[in-house]
Amino acid sequence: MLNKLPPVVVHLLAALGCLVLLVLLTFAADPFTNLRIATVGYYLIAVAGLALLTGFNGQVSLGHGAFMFIGAYTVALLVKRVPAFPIWADLLLATVAGGVAGLLAGAAAARLRGPYLAGATLALAVGLPAVTQRFPELLAGSNGLSFTVNSQPAGLVGTIPSTQWQAWIVWLAVLLALVVLANLARGKLGRTLRAVRDDEVAASLAGVHVGRTKILAFLVSSACGGLAGGLQAFLLGTAAPGSFTVALSLSLLAALVLGGLGSLWGALWGAIALVYFQVWTDDIAEVLSLRSDISDNLPLALYGVVLIVVVLAFPAGIQGGLRKLWVRVRRPVPSQRGEAS
Amino acid sequence: MTTFFNLTLAGLSSGAVFAALGLSLVIIYRATRVVNFAQPALALISSYVAYSVTKGTGSYWLGFAAAIVVGTVLGIAVERLLVRPLRNAPELSPIIATMGLLLVLQAVAGMIWSNEPHAFSYAFDFRGRFSAADLFAVLAVLVTATGVLLLFKFTSLGLRMRAAAFNPEVARLLGVRVGVMLTLGWGLAAAVGSLAGLLAVPPFISPTVLDEVFVFALTAAVLGGLDNPLGTIVGGLALGIGLSYVAGLLGPELVPLAALAILVSVLAVRPAGLFGRATARRV
Amino acid sequence: MLEIEGLSAHYGPVRALSEVNLKVEEGSITAILGANGAGKTTLLRVISGLVRASGGRVTAFGEDITAMPTDRIARSGVAHVPEGGGVIPELTVEENLRLGALWRPDRADRARALDEVLELFPPLAPRRSKAAGTLSGGERQMLAIGRGLMGRPRMLLLDEPSLGLAPLVAAKIMAVLRDLRADTGLTVLLVEQNARSALSISDYGFVLGLGEVVASDDAATLLADDQLRHAYLGF
Repeated sequence: MLNKLPPVVVHLLAALGCLVLLVLLTFAADPFTNLRIATVGYYLIAVAGLALLTGFNGQVSLGHGAFMFIGAYTVALLVKRVPAFPIWADLLLATVAGGVAGLLAGAAAARLRGPYLAGATLALAVGLPAVTQRFPELLAGSNGLSFTVNSQPAGLVGTIPSTQWQAWIVWLAVLLALVVLANLARGKLGRTLRAVRDDEVAASLAGVHVGRTKILAFLVSSACGGLAGGLQAFLLGTAAPGSFTVALSLSLLAALVLGGLGSLWGALWGAIALVYFQVWTDDIAEVLSLRSDISDNLPLALYGVVLIVVVLAFPAGIQGGLRKLWVRVRRPVPSQRGEAS
Repeated sequence: MTTFFNLTLAGLSSGAVFAALGLSLVIIYRATRVVNFAQPALALISSYVAYSVTKGTGSYWLGFAAAIVVGTVLGIAVERLLVRPLRNAPELSPIIATMGLLLVLQAVAGMIWSNEPHAFSYAFDFRGRFSAADLFAVLAVLVTATGVLLLFKFTSLGLRMRAAAFNPEVARLLGVRVGVMLTLGWGLAAAVGSLAGLLAVPPFISPTVLDEVFVFALTAAVLGGLDNPLGTIVGGLALGIGLSYVAGLLGPELVPLAALAILVSVLAVRPAGLFGRATARRV
Repeated sequence: MLEIEGLSAHYGPVRALSEVNLKVEEGSITAILGANGAGKTTLLRVISGLVRASGGRVTAFGEDITAMPTDRIARSGVAHVPEGGGVIPELTVEENLRLGALWRPDRADRARALDEVLELFPPLAPRRSKAAGTLSGGERQMLAIGRGLMGRPRMLLLDEPSLGLAPLVAAKIMAVLRDLRADTGLTVLLVEQNARSALSISDYGFVLGLGEVVASDDAATLLADDQLRHAYLGF
């Protein structure tokens, strides 16, 4: 019966289901875990945006942290300067700011290929956080902006912990954005993006406006980055340049590859891995009582190793592996077509 | 006027470092069509080795030599173990793999030598305007770059390396051992990269010390067209001088943004770099 | 000289060669003929190791080369001039030529070989230091063959040397091959779609059809076989 409904309704229903499940989950979790759940949320939307750009459209961005930076500072500035705005408006504007930045970046990048694009986006990730030093009064230099968001309705204050409320807000925003992304990916835009990725010449012969498509991919993807950054600022109550390192940008791409390039589901596995790698390595370090030099660097090392292993041995990522498994479960007879779908 | 002159000189020595690290990227890109994002990490490890050897023996030059040797060996190992298995993989794979290696090596450096910065000495006296250390940096890079260019242009080994890079299949048909040439290319590139690291690291070494230099080196290489060694050297020196002006006249915090602006504006006009050939060579 | 027994090759699931048997006598010119897709190019690529055989054996100069790496096959004296010549346009004409002999240790003889090749193909001499990408189609083919000869090979494999060339230029190249064989006793394996011109200088011919040898005989006999000409050679 679900198959008869238009995809947007299916996606909305699925999102609603997820939200209900998550709200239930937050009641079972302690505040610390709720913070992690919320963190997975904003990483998820950042990685999902990158999936659209890199996975669907084939444009490699090594600088997606720059769009998170823009989103985070947008929220921070709005909260501090325009306290009258509700948080949802701040987040919306962070998304818009990310999108506008992406539009500019996309327009500059549309003619670049492979390593040239990678180099330019990497320079963006390194260069952009430096603006905080340039405008110390407005952006507070390397200390960053700190603020408090009072978004929790008066009736709920005291009844539920603030991290739980924050997790709800984050996931509501993330799921809404994912519904938009899923519809785009399923629809005409998704096909166009893939056509451009697979063969630009063929796509343009088929009437696709290649440059415009690539810019659009950048725009959507950076808007997601902006939202992710805004949510991060909302969650942590700070926006500081130290959070938007090259390592962050590389981690996002790494999460995407780890999860699986070709689908939005991959972004979920990647985001969970991003958060829980840190958690697990902390646990391991504690159990083994490792020196801080080693324990501090363990997540990064593990991350790098996983990236290399995935590229060498499992190029389809976690989602690719799951899909293969699913096909095998559903159809015990091995079939050639199942893997191509 | 004096400021201008001073800034130019300062830019020359930092530009030489960008040129050298950029050159190491270009040697590899020419040979294997891979941008080696692990290059700064290879240079980092060899610089840390130099740090330890110098600390243990008291000799800067022993550390210097050890760094070049370790860098070369690392480059060869990376080509054999990581890049060669990916030679038929999609374009994104080597980017991810070398980036993974970057993360691993930076983390390993932090584990062994800690994330805290250590003092790292210059080769020569670094005080004053265009110091002996600056002069050494410029000369070392120019001599190395000239050597690399002469090797490519005038030796039979260089001819074989170029043939293996331009058309591996035809090179094989002419008796060239292409695999050996690629490995040598990675070793050579990593040696040049290690030199760049040794020049770029002082006064302090820490696991992320080369990140920014790497971005500038990549900018220099892209400006040069990614497969043009001479273009990269010119690009690196020009970028160093340009960024020195920005730092001196507008403020050092704008340097990374200025590099981005230069990169984007050059690529907007010439998507394959200033000296790059048309991209449609591989049909 | 060159002996091929039961040779098969596949591209994925597609069979390109099936059970090919073939023999090339020392000092002969042997033509491999057939339509597009008959497996001619694949045959040469398997001989020089660019494509791995899925069955059978290739023996050259009494040595089994079926599994030998391409660069070693080249150094054993088999020069393969690929379709289109494989000239490296970024290198100069002289660099292209020198490349063909670099594996030989005798420096003085490499210089002699360069002089001989430039003498054999006079149009190349004045363009020595130009980029090979600036040459005309005929000059490129001369450069490619000359580069193959630089290694003083015992056997030359040529893939469609007259493809895309003006008839006069093609005829000149065929004449050079004929003279070379007469003067130096070079063994030539010549793949051609232009069967008439190939057979005119060959001693022996093999006709391939869909990856199999469908006929083999003296060149003169093949030329005279009307039925075969119509069915496989198209003239």
